[in-house]
Amino acid sequence: MKVTIEVNGGPVSAEVEDRTLLVHYIRETAGLTATNVGCDTTSCGACTVLLDGESVKSCTVLAAQADGHAVTTVEGLTGQDGELHPVQRAFREQHGLQCGFCTPGMIMATVSLLEHNPKPTRAEVREGLEGNLCRCTGYHNIVSAVVDASGQEVAR
Amino acid sequence: MSISGTRVLRVEDHQLITTGGTYVEDLREDALTGAVHAMFLRSPIAHARITSVDVSEALTAPGVVAVYTAADIDLAAGSAGPVGQPWLADGVVRYVGEPVALVLAEHPYQLADAAELIDIDYEPLTAVASIDAALAGETLLFPDTGSNVMQARGEFDETAFDGCEVVLTRTIVNQRVAPAPLEVRGAACAWDANGRLTIWLSTQNAQIARTIVAGGLGVGEDSVRVVTPDVGGGFGAKIGADPEAVVLGWAARRVERPVRWTETRSENLTSMTHGRAQQNTVTIGGRRDGTVQAFRLDVVQDAGAYPRAMFLPTLTELMASGVYHFPKVEAASRAVVTNTTPIAPYRGAGRPEATAAIERAMDLFAAEIGMDPAEVRRVNFVRPEEFPYETPTGAVYDTGEYAGALERVLEAGGYQELRAEQARRREGGDPVALGLGIATYVEITGGDAGGESGRVDINPDGSVTAYTGSSPHGQGLDTSLAMLLSDRLGIPMDRITVRHGDTDEVPKGIGTFGSRSLQLGGSAVRQAADQVIDRARELVADLLEAAPQDLELNVEHGAWQVRGAPSSGSVTWAQLAGQAGAGTLSADVWFGDGAPTFPFGAHLAVVEVDTLTGKVELRRLIAADDAGPVVNPLAFRGQRHGGLGQGAAQALLEVMSYDPDGNPTTATLADYSFVTATELPDFELVDMETPTTRNLLGVKGIGEAATIGSTPAVHNAVVDAVAHLGVSHLDMPTTPLRVWQALAEARKAN
Repeated sequence: MKVTIEVNGGPVSAEVEDRTLLVHYIRETAGLTATNVGCDTTSCGACTVLLDGESVKSCTVLAAQADGHAVTTVEGLTGQDGELHPVQRAFREQHGLQCGFCTPGMIMATVSLLEHNPKPTRAEVREGLEGNLCRCTGYHNIVSAVVDASGQEVAR
Repeated sequence: MSISGTRVLRVEDHQLITTGGTYVEDLREDALTGAVHAMFLRSPIAHARITSVDVSEALTAPGVVAVYTAADIDLAAGSAGPVGQPWLADGVVRYVGEPVALVLAEHPYQLADAAELIDIDYEPLTAVASIDAALAGETLLFPDTGSNVMQARGEFDETAFDGCEVVLTRTIVNQRVAPAPLEVRGAACAWDANGRLTIWLSTQNAQIARTIVAGGLGVGEDSVRVVTPDVGGGFGAKIGADPEAVVLGWAARRVERPVRWTETRSENLTSMTHGRAQQNTVTIGGRRDGTVQAFRLDVVQDAGAYPRAMFLPTLTELMASGVYHFPKVEAASRAVVTNTTPIAPYRGAGRPEATAAIERAMDLFAAEIGMDPAEVRRVNFVRPEEFPYETPTGAVYDTGEYAGALERVLEAGGYQELRAEQARRREGGDPVALGLGIATYVEITGGDAGGESGRVDINPDGSVTAYTGSSPHGQGLDTSLAMLLSDRLGIPMDRITVRHGDTDEVPKGIGTFGSRSLQLGGSAVRQAADQVIDRARELVADLLEAAPQDLELNVEHGAWQVRGAPSSGSVTWAQLAGQAGAGTLSADVWFGDGAPTFPFGAHLAVVEVDTLTGKVELRRLIAADDAGPVVNPLAFRGQRHGGLGQGAAQALLEVMSYDPDGNPTTATLADYSFVTATELPDFELVDMETPTTRNLLGVKGIGEAATIGSTPAVHNAVVDAVAHLGVSHLDMPTTPLRVWQALAEARKAN
């Protein structure tokens, strides 16, 4: 079937197998490889993207379901002049990433979290990111990054 | 001013947060154009004879290029001896997840379709699904060997505990856990027209992977290039190359096309090696004044189906007595095979098991004699003036201040206040009990003592390219090495590039594991920089017509000048490198005299246990981790955070479980209790720095230390929380069910 999905502001059209997952559409068809696949049970959140502004796990959405909708990946956050999005900047500033594999999904989940709760407490951040797994950081600095991105002071 | 010791943001991060890392699956190299995709069909049964294999239908499935089974593989056996894992299961399968067949297809989605059409008949054999079953020996995994015990070391002295007022024995399970890096295993490989294989591999050490892959394929090491792209975590389970990598290289040669492979997560949880999996019996004896007189550790290592890492129980033995000066220590170990996923290093690799055993034993001893666990530790520490300290099991600890670490965390945590609060809750009958857990630990880093390579080139434009045999995958070593070089050479970090992981660029190296990279890899590039400076000094002497010994490198300006007479002229690195010619300002070293170092620390965990439901909440985790001078506090603290999280996860939640028939019951991330942000607290870090004399930088490793301390700290805290209700021990993970059952049993016994 033919689908057209707006990816990071530009339309991407392709003929795909019905069963094509959105994450594979993003990676293979749109050629944007930041979004990763970390599991096969919708558990890890590495594939988190925004679908019409809401965070979704793109391994559990068919490309067909996203037909006619807009997807934002971490590649779409950086400004035209290379300026980092506040969440990207905060992840670096707070050392909220190590190996980087969970990071694109974690950043997109954070963008969505802050959309819904602009000034979260650390406990709220932990609850909000429960669906995104990280094996490297012990989450401490991820929580700090989210708090930092929200414009709140971080006690290090 | 030196930047070492200051918090420096990582050079690695920009790509990772904008376009994402380039992991194996992200590669778009020309050499991989037209690649076929690979999938391993794996055994669904723990122990069985393969009675027939029929791949004919699968071969007709859409897109299928080839299907291979053991009969097709014309390679010499991979592992020596009768207990080595075959490339693909041959006649017998010995664990759920063992590779049985390889499917190649044009599109990844076609792989699973085709794999379903492979018809394999299995005749089940009795599964050996536990250490006890292995020791019973009624069923043998390798009947030719006559035993499931693959290694047995050490003996015990019957009189060891003579004269002790108190002697306690307890068997402690150090459960099997899954390393579960976020990036699963993956590889891509392509042979070129000259018969040379390039394999892009998610590994912790390209050079060792090259040796394994070349050896497996029966070609010279010159015929294999390993390239390590970004690696999404390893934690020990990506050391070297697994048999799959060799099979993929073989298949690419066979079909004469590039091959790409990424396993699924569910595959990863049963097919990537697991960690820990020990059953340890401790015996501790001493006086009622708190003095421990004798300690015995009897290790049984579950090696899984194919023994791969027999040094793990050996390391556990080596570190048996931890931070204590006990007059008598004895350790022995056995390693047995079971019909489960093979065991290999996992963050700590043998040392966490030793620490967990001794630290539980100290708490058991403290409880028995009615002394505070902190006080029992104080009585028995190796004292600062005893270093270097040789333990009865043969480790030579370099430096340490164990009591200092403990006092720091107790103070930071407010230990006395917490004890008072615990007493108040107990007196008031509060159903939410407070538990305090202490662990003091010492571990060994760079324990392989194999050295590391380092090369530093000053380029003609005055920039630096450094090459390391270390192979970072999230640790931030690029940044740390650039900091060290910048300080040494006076060249800004943004003019320094660190390269690693490509065997054509870095032919010699050992890699990243055992927390070795900074102390060995860092020392190597530092030594190379020193040699470059020595060479530069000679060249500058000619240029400025001065004696070499009168010259100094002004690291503020990155320029050479005559000491005390800067006005007499200076030479910048760019000027010097431009004149010197390519390759002159270059040094390639092997830092080989790096003896192991012994980081140490103390952790204090505070938990709340709901005694009605058994639910455990980790409220605080306070950690002092001493690994000597810190190069980049940002990365140093990050490593500790990660270690604390993984270590606490083992105590609280994580276990890789099997049913009695050897079927894994936690084989997806929906079932495996991978720790999340909600289950961990903010960590409280206490800093201390005790240098070592065993390398150029005075540093010790920090990659694993916090994992090692946190597991027993949290474990001890949970037991401490319910001790007043009659529970003296419960095994990890301390899940609500386990805690609830322990409380119910204690109630019944009372």
